[in-house]
Amino acid sequence: MNIHEYQAKALLKEFGAPVASGVPIFSADEAEAAAKKLPGPLYVVKSQIHAGGRGKGKFTELGPDAKGGVRLAKSIEEVVANSAEMLGNTLVTKQTGAAGKVVNRLYIEDGADIDRELYLSILVDRTVGQVAFVVSTEGGMDIEEVAASTPEKILTLPIDPDAGVTDAAATRLCDALELTGDAREDGMKLFPILYKAFTEKDMSLLEINPLIVMTDGHVRVLDAKVSFDGNALFRHDDIMALRDKSEEDEKEIEASKFDLAYVALDGDIGCMVNGAGLAMATMDIIKLYGAEPANFLDVGGGASKEKVTAAFKIITADPNVKGILVNIFGGIMRCDVIAEGVVSAVKEVGLKVPLVVRLEGTNVELGKKIINESGLNVIAADDLDDAAQKIVKAVKG
Amino acid sequence: MSILVNKDTKVIVQGLTGKTGTFHTEQALAYYGTKMVAGVHPKKGGESWTSGLDGAAELPIYASVADAKDATGADASVIYVPPAGAGAAIIEAIEAEVPLIVCITEGIPVMDMVKVKAKLDKSKSRLIGPNCPGVLTPEECKIGIMPGSIFKKGSVGIVSRSGTLTYEAVFQTSNAGLGQTTAVGIGGDPVKGTEFIDMLEMFLADDETKSIIMIGEIGGSAEEDAAQFIADEAKKGRSKPMAGFIAGRTAPPGRTMGHAGAVISGGKGGAEDKIAAMEAAGIKVSPSPAKLGETLVEVLKG
Repeated sequence: MNIHEYQAKALLKEFGAPVASGVPIFSADEAEAAAKKLPGPLYVVKSQIHAGGRGKGKFTELGPDAKGGVRLAKSIEEVVANSAEMLGNTLVTKQTGAAGKVVNRLYIEDGADIDRELYLSILVDRTVGQVAFVVSTEGGMDIEEVAASTPEKILTLPIDPDAGVTDAAATRLCDALELTGDAREDGMKLFPILYKAFTEKDMSLLEINPLIVMTDGHVRVLDAKVSFDGNALFRHDDIMALRDKSEEDEKEIEASKFDLAYVALDGDIGCMVNGAGLAMATMDIIKLYGAEPANFLDVGGGASKEKVTAAFKIITADPNVKGILVNIFGGIMRCDVIAEGVVSAVKEVGLKVPLVVRLEGTNVELGKKIINESGLNVIAADDLDDAAQKIVKAVKG
Repeated sequence: MSILVNKDTKVIVQGLTGKTGTFHTEQALAYYGTKMVAGVHPKKGGESWTSGLDGAAELPIYASVADAKDATGADASVIYVPPAGAGAAIIEAIEAEVPLIVCITEGIPVMDMVKVKAKLDKSKSRLIGPNCPGVLTPEECKIGIMPGSIFKKGSVGIVSRSGTLTYEAVFQTSNAGLGQTTAVGIGGDPVKGTEFIDMLEMFLADDETKSIIMIGEIGGSAEEDAAQFIADEAKKGRSKPMAGFIAGRTAPPGRTMGHAGAVISGGKGGAEDKIAAMEAAGIKVSPSPAKLGETLVEVLKG
């Protein structure tokens, strides 16, 4: 789960990290009051959407010469004018896709005098199974580009969970970021704070780009992107409360209610599969035979008839779907349960597009019998290869 | 021979008394009499569990893994404990020095697995999973949730990050008449007990395993590491015919595809890099998940 920048900064502030003062606003009416709470004379007006590249992003509704999604303002009047121009408009960045995202929230922040911009992120390094810091002196840039062009400027430092961020580890990070004087003292304090926030709140990514050294010599978190481990949200009600559903795909929200793993895609063949690996492989084989999948959908290992019905409804609700492929290899999942779910869903919502069903594994004969005796216009397939060819042929003709 | 488990492996169950644990323990007992020897439940020590299937096997329940291991001499533990408690259950098994721990549970918080990994690295236990289908040696021992009916005793070693794709590989190699020595699902989580390399090493060392199928997916670099291992071993003269598959060629970057570990992030973990690395190491990668068996048969024909 992702949260907005202003929420991330409030969270990091709770742990004692240095962040600028700021006020989130939801309408332009609030802009003046928000700016008046800040010391001035420099303000930053920042679009709050769950995507990066906001500064270089463009608003669809504004002209090509209009400023981007993060703007400097040198007076309260400028804060108000920018807020009015930005709120409610659609920001397109390199991470949003062409459709962009509507800016419903702004963050008005105290400006900073920047001396140096650095990069810092914390993530789980899966090669060692430890939480790791990734730091670079090349802040404010796309870290993937830095990794590609000058990998020697990036330090990845895994942290032993039993020891935490030791003085030696913090010193290495300070050295890598070339922090001196006050900034070094700030860094020695900041790294353990960030590690604590990451581990206690079950984050999956904490990215500070840039982390800045100000002209007064101190360090500040200038931007913050935080994602959480969805599997740990059960123990963080405070984090759950930060969820902004307007940032999520409606079909994905519906799927999450039924504990279905669903990802919306651009193609026209809907898929319902058990198991994440097989679900990906089913998308791949659809592509292999010349069509595009409309979604990823894993109904999971222990799906009930109700869950299968819900999954089927979500797939058929997508107007792009011109055909459906159900691919089940029953292990824990019994084929008869899937078959009953499919039959019940089709009876409930109707079937306007071709449906190919491939069943294999536990109770396969019973499952096939249920489908065959249902009287539904279902195309049966012998194996995965046959199934993929049949659905592509049915859709493409 | 087989790897990890055989007809003599004695297995205890953590989370036996739940619905999932009960169902799969019944299935394991029914699969060539897998030696399920006890269950563990902190509050039900001294009670017993009875299979609902014909034959009505009865297993004793102990209050801790250590007690169960001492009383039964178990070599392995399988974990069906729900996600919130599964990390602690694995740690309990590590501390009881169970040699083989297989965790089926999906959805364990990553931070819990980081703690598990730290303990595991300092222990003598091997952990398979979590978020995996388990381990099965045909006609000998079934630990986990794989459907026994599709297996056939034979010569192919199978290792996979995905449960259902393991079944595809098993099914297809059974249909091709090859059969399996052992199938291992290492799991779809980003932080897990065992990666490909350890399993490949075991399959290379096992005389009965004549060929290997390796199934990976997007996310991380375990497939690239495994390919490097296979290439290095081949230079030393150790190699076996191999086929493979990588799921997620069509997955969009930045989206987690069901498995917590299946995500292309920061431009890394894409399918094409993995396929290229495996092909370079001499592993024939099937473009279709439906042609794993066929691809291996072609490799074996030379």
